[in-house]
Amino acid sequence: MQNNQVSPKFKDKITGITKSKAISTFTAALLAIALGLIFGFIVMIVAKPENSWYGFTTMLFGGFRRLGDVFYYATPILMTGLSVGFAFKMGLFNIGASGQYTMGLFFALYAGFMWELPTGIHWIVCILAGMVGGMIWGFIPGICKALFNVNEVITSIMFNYIGMYLVDMWVQDNATIYISSKTRTAYLPASAQIPSLGVTNSNVNFSIIIAITLAVILYIVLNKTTFGYELRATGFNKHASKYAGMNDKRNTILTMLIAGAFAGLGGAFAILAPSTIAGSSMTYEPINVIAANGFNGIAVALLGSSNPIGIIFSAIFISHIQRGGTIVSSLFGYKPEIIDVVIAVIIYFSAFAMLMNSNIARMVRKRRLAKEESGSVNSNRKQNRKGA
Amino acid sequence: MDTIYYLVQNMLPIAVPLLLVALGGMFSERSGVINIGLEGIMLFGAFFGCLTVYGIQRSGMGPQTILIIAMLISAVAGILFSMLLSFAAVNMKADQTITGTALNMLVPAIVLLFSKMKFNSDGITTDVNFYIQQVPGLSSIPVLGDLFFKKTYVTVYIGFLFLAIATIIFYKTKFGLRLRACGEHPQAADSVGINVYVMRHAGVALSGFLGGIGGFFYSVGVMDGNTNGHTGVAGFGFLALAVMIFGQWKPLKIMFAALFFAFLRILAYSVALIPFLHNLNLNQTYFKMLPYVATMIVLIFTSQKSRAPKAEGIPYDKGRR
Repeated sequence: MQNNQVSPKFKDKITGITKSKAISTFTAALLAIALGLIFGFIVMIVAKPENSWYGFTTMLFGGFRRLGDVFYYATPILMTGLSVGFAFKMGLFNIGASGQYTMGLFFALYAGFMWELPTGIHWIVCILAGMVGGMIWGFIPGICKALFNVNEVITSIMFNYIGMYLVDMWVQDNATIYISSKTRTAYLPASAQIPSLGVTNSNVNFSIIIAITLAVILYIVLNKTTFGYELRATGFNKHASKYAGMNDKRNTILTMLIAGAFAGLGGAFAILAPSTIAGSSMTYEPINVIAANGFNGIAVALLGSSNPIGIIFSAIFISHIQRGGTIVSSLFGYKPEIIDVVIAVIIYFSAFAMLMNSNIARMVRKRRLAKEESGSVNSNRKQNRKGA
Repeated sequence: MDTIYYLVQNMLPIAVPLLLVALGGMFSERSGVINIGLEGIMLFGAFFGCLTVYGIQRSGMGPQTILIIAMLISAVAGILFSMLLSFAAVNMKADQTITGTALNMLVPAIVLLFSKMKFNSDGITTDVNFYIQQVPGLSSIPVLGDLFFKKTYVTVYIGFLFLAIATIIFYKTKFGLRLRACGEHPQAADSVGINVYVMRHAGVALSGFLGGIGGFFYSVGVMDGNTNGHTGVAGFGFLALAVMIFGQWKPLKIMFAALFFAFLRILAYSVALIPFLHNLNLNQTYFKMLPYVATMIVLIFTSQKSRAPKAEGIPYDKGRR
């Protein structure tokens, strides 16, 4: 008897937790990931059936063998993910993270090569320079949106191209930065490189700590400050927040400025990373291609449902399966593009995973209800029989 | 005069993909679905078009016949692929921008994956010459012959034919009227018996049709019949969206916008031929940026009064007022 009384309470608690929004977005993301992985597995079976199972498990778990690299590659996409996710909160789609990333990368490169500063300060200045670069490239679409009502999606796509062409030209025109015989940039001076965390055979460096700290700060700003509240309110209902006296023009510009800063930092973190090979560093090749890290940032933000804490995990996850993918392609001869396909499929499903999730939940609930109903009908019948 | 002929002859094959894809975007958005996945649809169409060309290039058919067959295949591919968008946007009520972005990310990966597995390269290379030196008869008309009927592609004529058909469908048929109603006020449309879901599926399918063909025409007119997963369609899908906004979601204005952008682009690539621009001695990169910068400037001046379809981007929910 007592057991029966306790269990409904416990059940309520469980359903209370499972019905909360955070959990449902989490399960929705898991559902999307599962569907994406299944799709990837099918592609692998079609491509090379004999290796598919080993390939698939390596893709899933291979990243654990290179944890340092997982965190190293997660850093830039964590930053671009924060950039996209932050703008999403305000209802803006910052597809221009690529351009802001490239700008930040160039500003950091420039500060690294052209300014001579003491060790210990130099890399910090370079990071800040990268941030400024990204801010400028985010600011212009923000201004266009706020003052001229230009759709920020189009503007920031145009600025991806303009930024990429500009940076490639600036790099090629600068004899200190560019080595034309190798069609890439020279090695950065050691003082401009971010201190390594000392994991053997990995480039993982201090920037991952900065990135995670920034994500936490962003979470606090979004959820505990007036500014964050205004942003989210504008994202929910633009007209209502305007009616409530929030300055949406100022907020639009500020949002794009901050989003640009994050993406610019991502570019700086990517180029200023130390290298495991002594005397070398990361380089940039001006080959007129839009930076992929910006678009991966969109994937990261969507998978993390624009929540800064969620974005930390989704960046690490995406970096993890990307590492797994590189191992798969080197060991089993699969093409690394499989991972891009998997990520794209995950994003596609995550766009309506919430709905799918609630539909499945409703179906389960209906079935359970039907069962309970038929059960109660049976017991009623029994009682009736008894009564009769 | 020769320079002008050269510019026009080269501008049209570039303008046509922009025109078709922007028209596709117009059909989709006027039905109420934002189609940011046009870039992906284009590359998907281009990929299947080129795959078809690759498959039948040794069969002895004339180049123009091959082009027509490949065009039909790319149209079907575009429609099928766009159904991924309309399924998510209409049936699942998903965020249309996110879905479109996912589709844009998916296609280059698929193209690269397939080409690397099958051809061990980044794309498909075909060797059919679609180029038309001169159209017999018409090319001897004094000025017009030089402008429109020499050194061109058949895609140009097909493109303008589609423009005419699209304009008629859009303004002169019941279907067009209903489609536009669904993008403006779907509830009102539903109340008079129009099936909003069907109309939106149709709008997206039309954008897939035109987007797929536009993508294939891009690889014919700009890439010499090849396609490549890395460079894709070089942002033409996004440029087409800008063309569509600049053209105010109206067919004829879209045509002028497409011609404008194509002109700027061909100008950028033929600086050496034009003494005035050549003497400026600017870095070529500035000219390459010109179409994008011009898009920005044009949008700044036109967006204030631009009026997008009222219900675009909002999933239709019968229960809502």
